[in-house]
Amino acid sequence: MAEYKRPTTEAEFAANFHPKKPLMSDTEAYYESSRCLYCYDAPCITACPTGIDIPTFIRQINNDNKDGAAKTIYDSNWMGHACGNVCPTEELCEGACVYNHQDVKPIEIGRLQAHATDKVIRSKKKLFITGKPTGKKVAVIGAGPAGVSCACELRMLGHAVDIYEAREKPSGLCVYGVAPYKLTNEEAVDEIAYLQEQFGFNVHYKKPVTGRAELDKLEKDYDAIFIGIGLGGTSALGIPGEDKKGVMGALEFVEELRNKHHATPVGNKVIVLGGGNTAMDAASESCRMGAESVTISYRRGPEEMGAYSFEFDLAKKSGSKALFNVTPVEVLGNGSVTGVKFIRNKAAYGKIEEIPGSEFVEPCDMVLLGTGQGKQVELLKLVSGLTLDQKGRIVVNENYQVDNPKYFAAGDAMNGGVEVVNAAAEAKRAAHGIDQYLKK
Amino acid sequence: MADLRTNLAGIKSPNPFWLASAPPTNSGYQIMKAFDAGWGGAVWKTLGVPVVNVSSRYGAVNYRDKRMVGFNNIELITDRPLKDNLREISEVKKRFPDHAVIASLMVETKEEWHQIVRDVENAGADGIELNFGCPHGMCERGMGSAVGQEPKVLQMIVEWVKEVAKVPVITKLTPNISDITRPARAARAGGSDAISLINTIQSIVGVDIDQFVPYPIVDGKSTNGGYCGPAVKPIALNMVKNCAQHPDVNLPISGIGGVENWRDAVEFILLGATTVQVCTAVMHFGFGIIREILPGLERYMDEKGFKTIDDFRGKALPNIKHWEDLNLKYKVTASINESKCIGCQLCYTACEDGAHQAIALSSDPANRIPSIIDENCVGCNLCSLVCPVEDCITMERRDDGKEHLTWGERTAAGNIPKTFDDPLAGGLHHWVPEPAEALVKKKPKHYKG
Ligand SMILES: Cc1cc2nc3c(=O)[nH]c(=O)nc-3n(C[C@H](O)[C@H](O)[C@H](O)COP(=O)(O)OP(=O)(O)OC[C@H]3O[C@@H](n4cnc5c(N)ncnc54)[C@H](O)[C@@H]3O)c2cc1C
Ligand SMILES: Cc1cc2nc3c(=O)[nH]c(=O)nc-3n(C[C@H](O)[C@H](O)[C@H](O)COP(=O)(O)O)c2cc1C
Ligand code: SF4
Ligand code: SF4
Ligand code: SF4
Repeated sequence: MAEYKRPTTEAEFAANFHPKKPLMSDTEAYYESSRCLYCYDAPCITACPTGIDIPTFIRQINNDNKDGAAKTIYDSNWMGHACGNVCPTEELCEGACVYNHQDVKPIEIGRLQAHATDKVIRSKKKLFITGKPTGKKVAVIGAGPAGVSCACELRMLGHAVDIYEAREKPSGLCVYGVAPYKLTNEEAVDEIAYLQEQFGFNVHYKKPVTGRAELDKLEKDYDAIFIGIGLGGTSALGIPGEDKKGVMGALEFVEELRNKHHATPVGNKVIVLGGGNTAMDAASESCRMGAESVTISYRRGPEEMGAYSFEFDLAKKSGSKALFNVTPVEVLGNGSVTGVKFIRNKAAYGKIEEIPGSEFVEPCDMVLLGTGQGKQVELLKLVSGLTLDQKGRIVVNENYQVDNPKYFAAGDAMNGGVEVVNAAAEAKRAAHGIDQYLKK
Repeated sequence: MADLRTNLAGIKSPNPFWLASAPPTNSGYQIMKAFDAGWGGAVWKTLGVPVVNVSSRYGAVNYRDKRMVGFNNIELITDRPLKDNLREISEVKKRFPDHAVIASLMVETKEEWHQIVRDVENAGADGIELNFGCPHGMCERGMGSAVGQEPKVLQMIVEWVKEVAKVPVITKLTPNISDITRPARAARAGGSDAISLINTIQSIVGVDIDQFVPYPIVDGKSTNGGYCGPAVKPIALNMVKNCAQHPDVNLPISGIGGVENWRDAVEFILLGATTVQVCTAVMHFGFGIIREILPGLERYMDEKGFKTIDDFRGKALPNIKHWEDLNLKYKVTASINESKCIGCQLCYTACEDGAHQAIALSSDPANRIPSIIDENCVGCNLCSLVCPVEDCITMERRDDGKEHLTWGERTAAGNIPKTFDDPLAGGLHHWVPEPAEALVKKKPKHYKG
């Protein structure tokens, strides 16, 4: 079955992880931009969570003004380049393009967006002038899409910004979560460097905010604090054998893959537990790493999977199989994993019911848990007045302000984990919330 | 099966598709290749005293991803010695006796005209085309469009040519003139057997906005050129129509300007042309386009039951009237086919900003299908032209077809607006929003203001 040979060199890795949306050449961008109809009150804009003026930037590409196109994109979305590559455009802008109603291929908005922003990132063209200094200082926790977007917008509004980032690289899940065939580490980091160069916010790497003492200092030194820490590691599944060698979180697997590329160990028979986008990514990526067989297992039917259908399609195209209506009951093995015992389910009144006696074992040598990310509850509980909902998400008002007025939050930590574009949209608005608060 | 053979004032060709005098007809090699590919005739690149050309000669107008919708050149007539051309004419005629080879000519003195006419006839040319059209380079020397713009001079030269010519003479007209029928009538008066039109239109196709020089650029400088290609077809069609309709012109026509497919050819023929000539399309796509053109025309003729080109030549002419003879009682309004509409709302913004505010949007933002406000629709067609979906907006007839009243008739009856605030103003009862409503109207997020 293996459609992909196990990569042993960087070149083989790159071939297996060929970009899903390769950068457009000038000619392709010209042809594609020529097709845009320039719709009135265009539905693609409405479908973009950041509301980019898509027909305008496409027209700017077509009229040989790529700096202008990039400016239009960044005006609405500070993660313009990352989003062009990683957004689920099929579900957003491109899914709303009017051409779909004509059974014509929608405009490749994501790739056009990546094309225009790539130009300015490479030419280092300065497109923005930061706001007149207000003398106010804001601390941002986390240099992921939310943190960086908030920082850029705050700088536009004239506030000084210091970002505190736990890791040694910026851009959060863009460098350790998103699939490598969507965005490379360099692309993700270059965009942040480009923004930092223009906006002059400070990033303090390897400076996790972990305890009350650090929070005290931030509260003392800054006029406001933005929380953009995203989510935590993969949650445990809670079944026997989960600690065996060869069982790991899908997220942790992806992270390793993003850093070690072909040197990442991958089993021959991989089982991915879960029906979300992270599970689909882990499955597609295991296939590309040359696993002999990759099996996605999900407790319910295919139509109920949380993943976008195009992500499931990609996983299947990459070579994954899927088992539906099965619940894992035990990870088997003697030290190392040798298989997963499942029980079959049937749907009854919207709930799933196990079918007694239907247990079976699916042999494997690696299990990836796509069981969702935990929340950083420990840390968040230290912020006085901050409320979490039952799912561990930070509760904010319409200005993205938490109950403690000095704190604001957006991105995965607040929305529970959506997409980069949501983090960018929310964080930009949160910056305006902060601005209003600081003006009072 | 349709019979495509044509006879233009005695010049016969197996089909109406000729190459226009231009680079594709520069040499016997090219013309043989074209005939072999299926072209019916060729007007040889204009012969005369050979010129010296500049390097960097063409410019183009691109529309979005479409290249060369308009094309411009600053080339002159042939730069090859006459004797080489004459030898090749003979060779081509020997190999393709049934194809039309027309020699395009441009010289100065009467003696030169007499000499060159005899030379090309001796070489075997089936006809002569007088190039009075070149709008650059040659006219400054008193030739080309300098002649074409002076009906008297034009007539005189046609007369010189006719003094010696034994083969039919076609006069090629320049469009760089306000009334094309004046040189056409002069050509007739001089004894020309046919006319061909249009030659290129004086033009600047664009300016290099970094170097501040128009295209094409010759060592940092430029000059006006001659415009042709698909963009000029409407101008050519109108001029062909003017000549075809004018009773004092009454000459066979070879139509030129922007022809690139069978449909273009049909349009020229419907407006009175007997043959068509092609230059830019061949310079763009090569002689091979004839593979689409010939079967296209045949299929059209078979479908319509036309046996010969003459069966439909000029068939659209009786339907072209003066404006004052059009029926003012005829009324169409736009109609949107909701099942085809893709919701781009281009029709809305076109009518709202560029026409008559006769299209409304639904108050439900989820419904992107616009609707026509019938009372306001004047039937201008704009929305149906901008709509990207074929046959989605159609113009539907609303009058009962019983009444007929023209501006001419109204004028004769004294029933027309005469004063500035005349109650007979056509738009008097047309609803127009109050100016200030423009500022309170809800607009999409990205629109300024
Ligand atoms: C496997 C996977 C695949 C994905 N694929 C896509 C995709 O294809 N397209 C898409 O649009 N979205 C995708 N997402 C979602 C997307 O990556 C996130 O929605 C987005 O990155 C959220 O941005 P954020 O800034 O809120 O959080 P994060 O990206 O998680 O960034 C948080 C940052 O905060 C730092 N941090 C955390 N805690 C602390 C602390 N205590 N102190 C200091 N710094 C801290 C982290 O190191 C990190 O840099 C994917 C997510 C996963 C897990
Ligand atoms: C480069 C070039 C050179 C031309 N040279 C001549 C010429 O020598 N004699 C002539 O009568 N017309 C000349 N023409 C005009 C063409 O014969 C023709 O009238 C015109 O291009 C319109 O046809 P089209 O739209 O098919 O190109 C030339 C046109 C071009 C583009
Ligand atoms: S919906 Fe499609 S065609 Fe219309 S403006 Fe957006 S990208 Fe262009
Ligand atoms: S035909 Fe003209 S006036 Fe009528 S709806 Fe269309 S654009 Fe408006
Ligand atoms: S232009 Fe055509 S497709 Fe677009 S909204 Fe109007 S009717 Fe619909």
